[in-house]
This record gives sequence, C-alpha cells and structure tokens, in this order.
Amino acid sequence: MRLNKFRRQKFAGPVLVVAALLTIGSAFSIASALPSAQKSEVSAQSTMVDEGKQIFLKGCSSCHGLNAEGGAVAPSLIGVGAAAVDFQVGTGRMPMADMSQQAMRKKPIYDAAQTAALAAYVASLAPGPAAVDPASLTWERDGNVAQGGELFRTNCAMCHNFAAQGGALTNGKYAPSLMGVEPQHIYEAMITGPQSMPKFSDKTITPAEKLSIIKWIKTAQSEPAIGGASLGRVGPVTEGLLVWTLGLGLLIGIAVWLATKAR
Amino acid sequence: MSNSISRFEDPGLPEHQHRKSDIDAIAANRAERQVAVLFLLSAIGTIGTIASYIFIDSKKFIYLPILGDTNAQQLALGTGLAASLFFIGIAAVHWAKTLMPDEEVIAERHEFRSSDEDRADFVTTVKERAGAAGLGRRSLIKRSMGIALGLIGLSPLVLLRDLGPLPKQQLFTTDWSAGVRLVTDPGDRPIKPSDLEVGAVAQVLPQLPAGTERTLENVGKDAVLLIRIRPEDFNLDAERLSWTHDGIIAFSKICSHMGCAVALYEQQTKHLLCPCHQSTFDVTRAAKVIFGPAARPLPQLALTLDADGYLVAKQGFTEPVGPSFWERNSA
Repeated sequence: MRLNKFRRQKFAGPVLVVAALLTIGSAFSIASALPSAQKSEVSAQSTMVDEGKQIFLKGCSSCHGLNAEGGAVAPSLIGVGAAAVDFQVGTGRMPMADMSQQAMRKKPIYDAAQTAALAAYVASLAPGPAAVDPASLTWERDGNVAQGGELFRTNCAMCHNFAAQGGALTNGKYAPSLMGVEPQHIYEAMITGPQSMPKFSDKTITPAEKLSIIKWIKTAQSEPAIGGASLGRVGPVTEGLLVWTLGLGLLIGIAVWLATKAR
Repeated sequence: MSNSISRFEDPGLPEHQHRKSDIDAIAANRAERQVAVLFLLSAIGTIGTIASYIFIDSKKFIYLPILGDTNAQQLALGTGLAASLFFIGIAAVHWAKTLMPDEEVIAERHEFRSSDEDRADFVTTVKERAGAAGLGRRSLIKRSMGIALGLIGLSPLVLLRDLGPLPKQQLFTTDWSAGVRLVTDPGDRPIKPSDLEVGAVAQVLPQLPAGTERTLENVGKDAVLLIRIRPEDFNLDAERLSWTHDGIIAFSKICSHMGCAVALYEQQTKHLLCPCHQSTFDVTRAAKVIFGPAARPLPQLALTLDADGYLVAKQGFTEPVGPSFWERNSA
C-alpha cells in the first residue's frame, strides 16, 4: 500500500531514474578502477601533461611558440626539463612582466599544482633535468659550510657577490641576490643555468658539493647583523657613502658651531 | 675734485660686543646650568654604558625602524659611550663660549732678528767652546763620529733592495704544458668532455705533479675558465678552432688589463665580463675585446684529450697571461 502511494507521487519517476543511474555508474567505476592502479597513475600523468599544455597555450605560447619551439624573443623549451620550469615559474620569473633585459623574481603567477603541470608538459617534450624535490635536499645534514664557502668563492662570488648579495652584469643584466631563495631553486639554477647564468655540471660540482654551497648561502643569510643596518653587505661602497655624507656633514656642522661667537 | 687719494685708514678692531652672560647675571647663571646639564648627560652616558655591559644579555636582538634587527647590548654600549664623550666635548665648548673670559688681548710680536751684540756673542761662544771640547785635538772622536753619522745614511739605501728581486721568467711561465690535465678548482678532479653540458662552465687549474703544493702564486697565473658552447657558435680561425674540443674552449681567467679574475660568464650572450673595469670578451671570437680598457684578448689554452679520455692541455699558453709588463714584447 505504501509503495503504491509513493508511486503515485509526481517526482517518483525522475528520482528513480537518477538513483538507478548513480548506482550503476558508481558500481562500474569501482569495478573498472580496481584492477589497475598503475593505469590510473599513467592517466593522471597524462592528465597533468594535458593540463600543463592548456596552461602553456594560454600563458606561454605567445613567446615560446605553440609547441615550445621558441621564437624571436624566447628560447626553445624542448629539452630544458622540469627543473627549468620549476625554477622559472616557481620563482615568478616566468611569465615575464615585460620584455626587459632580464626576468626578475616576483610573486609567482601559477600555484604549485599549475607549475607542476607546466613542468610535466615541458618534460614530456624531451628529457631534461627533473624538478628538485625539496625533501631530497639534505643540505642541513650533509652540507659542509667550509667547503661550500670555498666553492662559492671560486664559482659563484664573481657574479653573486662575496656575501651572495647579487651584482651587476652587462647591459642592465644582473646576478640576483641569493638571500631568501628556496634551496630547491638554488639547486635548479645550478643545474639548468637560467638566463645569463651558466650551468654547473654534476661532475665538476658534485651534488654533495652543491648541498654545501646551499648550506653556505643559508649560513651567510642567517649571519646576524650585530650593528643593525648591514648597508646591503656590499662592502665599502655604501659604508663610504654614509661616512662621506652623514659623517662628514655632522663634522662640518660641529665645526661651524665651534666657530660661531656666543651672543 | 681733489686728485690725491687719501690713505685708507686702518679701522682698527670693531668695538667689543659683550656676551649676554657677561652683562646679565641671569643669563650667566643659565649658561652655567646648561654646562652642568651637559656634563651630567655625559655622566648618564657613562653609567648607561657600564650598566648595559652588566645587565643586557649579549645575545639579545631588538628590532629598530631604520636599523633593523640589532644587537641590544652593542647598540647600548655604542650609544652610551658616544653620549659620554660627545657631551663632555659639547659642555667644554659651551662653557668656553659663554662663561670663560672673553676680552680681546693684543700681544705685539717682537722683532725676530737678534741684536748685533747677541749675534757677535754667539759666534765667540761657539768658537771658544769648540776649542775647549778639543775637536781640533781629539781626531779619534771626530773620525769615529764621522763614520757613525755617515753610516746612518746607508741604512735607507739597503731597504731599496725590497724593490726586487726581479721576477725573471716567472711572468712568462705557468704550470700549463703539453699533456697537463685540467682539474676542478676546488676538488682537483680531472674532467672528461662528457662531464660538461652545453652552456656549462668549470673553474679549472692544472694538475700539479704529486707532492707539489699549490700556492696562491700558482693559482694567480694558472686559473683557467672552461666553457662549453655549441660548436657551430664558434667564429674562430682554423688554428684556434683546433685548440677547442667539441665546443669546449678554455681561456686564462687573468684579465689582460689589470689581472683581475675574469669569470662573469653570461651564457646567453657568451660574453665574459671582468668585474674590475668592465672589459668584455667575446668567447665565440677567441675572447676578442668588445668593450672596456683591456688591450688584448684573454690567452686561449689549447685543449686535447689524453689516452684516458680526460681533457689535457695540448701545449702551454703561447703568450704570457695577465696584464702587460715592461719586458713583454707586445701591446
């Protein structure tokens, strides 16, 4: 009797159809997903590549070409690997804000998932260095500050300054400051050679030595400025400027006061 | 109108203006109090210095607007000491300017020349005393004194030796010669061409014979930058091209201008920049100078492979590395 009453309701038909479809659909999806977990990982990977391709077409292809083949204003991305994408997009350098001499570090435009998708797409074009997992960089445990300092002074200091504060190159290009740069981005920069920076191969500077360099940079960064204002840690330039203007100005003021007659 | 110009009269000193504290007792008392306050501020500064040394934790950092994170104790010590010294000075000057005697006093200079009597007297005295001291008789003293005083003049001459020794052949030679392996700096590991990707650089030094110590003088002459680019990017003559290996090219890192280390390599433009005077060298054209004061390209090191496949020098540098010097027969 109750069933009949239910059947007589107006919405009974549609509700039953929806319920039946849901049951069949979920049963099928469970059944088809169970046998191969591997298959789903591959499809997730290809979804990521597809997703990355969509982001690439929208955000990058106007300069780098529809197939990342490069163009008049931008290099080819075939073979640069996921590491280069993770560095350039993860530090906000790409997409560039304008066509100036150098892409500068800014707030990233794409979030971590979008960056990973872009990296997966670019890595799918041709093999290249893989993005660096921050968890795999055990610089705190395995780095050697003294060795890192020696390596930094020979290989990095000429452009990035002896205290990793950055410095000028030619035609408005510059080596950026390394203060506050994430360890994986430092590592990726060394293996991919972004923009003006050359690559530092794993054979000439081993991965262990690279960890030491990171540890040295992080140690230099956490070095306390006992006297407060570190004046950019660029040596005698700012210090001299301050003394010659503020210091001498003060002395001249005192000399003038000394020589005025009291009334 | 009179033609004669009357002599300009010396107006003399302007009338002395007394200070307020000279004529007004209240002003004088105020000045006295001001000086006292300044001295007391100095005392407070000193006490603050001592107190901050004892009571402030030396590891404590505080944040200040312009200075940023600052060590609290160092800041207090510096400020306190500066105040204690500064206010002593200010107080002394203020005291002198407001309260110390202010009358102008004129002291006329006497004539510099002594009177004729005194001058004649002096000559007689010198002659008399010299005779009494026996300079004429005691020739031993006179001669030994001559030796002592004469030798004093010699000692500065000996110091001139520090201008030498002459470098002899050192400026012409380096530790690079045929078959010497290129090794990483630091690390001293030999390098195979496959170790370098296109766009990679490596700082290298010659492998020294076992048991030889690497000195700074060695490094200062031997330092070499190894660069790999795509071979088709080279724009070299046949000889210089034969000095490269598969896109790998090596240059002395010592600038031909003033000897700074030229290692700022821009891998996109393939330019090498010297940080000291901005001399710029084009790697693809055998380090030709394209900007700056350097007169010569960087010397190129000829490369080849040894039997084990490691990069070695084909020969030593064909010209002296580094800046020009007198005996170097070139521009």
